[in-house]
Amino acid sequence: MDVMTQLQRQWREHTAYLRKEGYLDDQFEQLQKLQDENSPDFVAEVVSIFFDDSEKLLNNMARALEQKVVDFKQVDAHVHQFKGSSASIGAMRVKNLCIEFRNHCEAQSLEECVRCLRKLQYEYSVLKNQLEYLFRLEQQIRAAGV
Amino acid sequence: MASSSSFSSASMALGDEKPHVLAVDDSLLDRKLIEKLLTNSSCKVTTAENGQKALELLGLGDGQHTLNSIASKVNLIITDYCMPGMTGYELLKKIKESPTMKDIPVVIVSSENVPTRIKKCMDEGAEEFMLKPLQKSDVNRLRCQLTKFSNPHKGMLCMGR
Repeated sequence: MDVMTQLQRQWREHTAYLRKEGYLDDQFEQLQKLQDENSPDFVAEVVSIFFDDSEKLLNNMARALEQKVVDFKQVDAHVHQFKGSSASIGAMRVKNLCIEFRNHCEAQSLEECVRCLRKLQYEYSVLKNQLEYLFRLEQQIRAAGV
Repeated sequence: MASSSSFSSASMALGDEKPHVLAVDDSLLDRKLIEKLLTNSSCKVTTAENGQKALELLGLGDGQHTLNSIASKVNLIITDYCMPGMTGYELLKKIKESPTMKDIPVVIVSSENVPTRIKKCMDEGAEEFMLKPLQKSDVNRLRCQLTKFSNPHKGMLCMGR
């Protein structure tokens, strides 16, 4: 099996794995379908914006939860934004955690919020690694095709 | 791809201009997405990151008039509901209050399915209320409605898309 075929198989298998494990849902496939010759890096660009947004929002959540008097509405606003952006790229696990997190914000339960934030930080970093691996494979495929 | 671009320039020569959509959303990610969805559906797109900027683009800001704005060229406005400052609903109201812009269809998009929110927007004159994230099929449908809006005969071209 030549390098190109091997890489393409790895890419297919990894994408299927991410879908099967629920890291990604249909929306990610929608993004991939939007990519074309006019914007060959569309998915990578959108995901890069997602990474920037996510890191900012996770920091904001952490800081809001560290305050002496926690403003749960403020925390919820950050989580709501994160839920939106994760839904937009098809990051299903992250999105579902955000939904859970919003419930804790509404209940104004600090302990549950902190616990949820930790889970969210973990899930996000796992997803980031998975997607970066996928993009590395894509770069290798492109390089092999030249 | 070369053949489709010459087709679109031929149809432009016939007066079949691309619909111009103004998309308003505070999320950069969502603006990128909607822009790509619309561009892939042969629409011209202008984006704005908030209601105030959208109004300015339409020449409806304080002390402005619609001359020299994109107001006369816009065929559709798509706005997110949840935005800091001015919500999509508030933007909708301002557009409907404008004698020049009130007939431009406004579509509200939201990540949340809240019946009272939907009713409020539809009562205020929104063309449609759609859930995020928008799909290609949603945009295809809007595109088709736009064509029918401007020219009843063009509606026939929407078949099979």
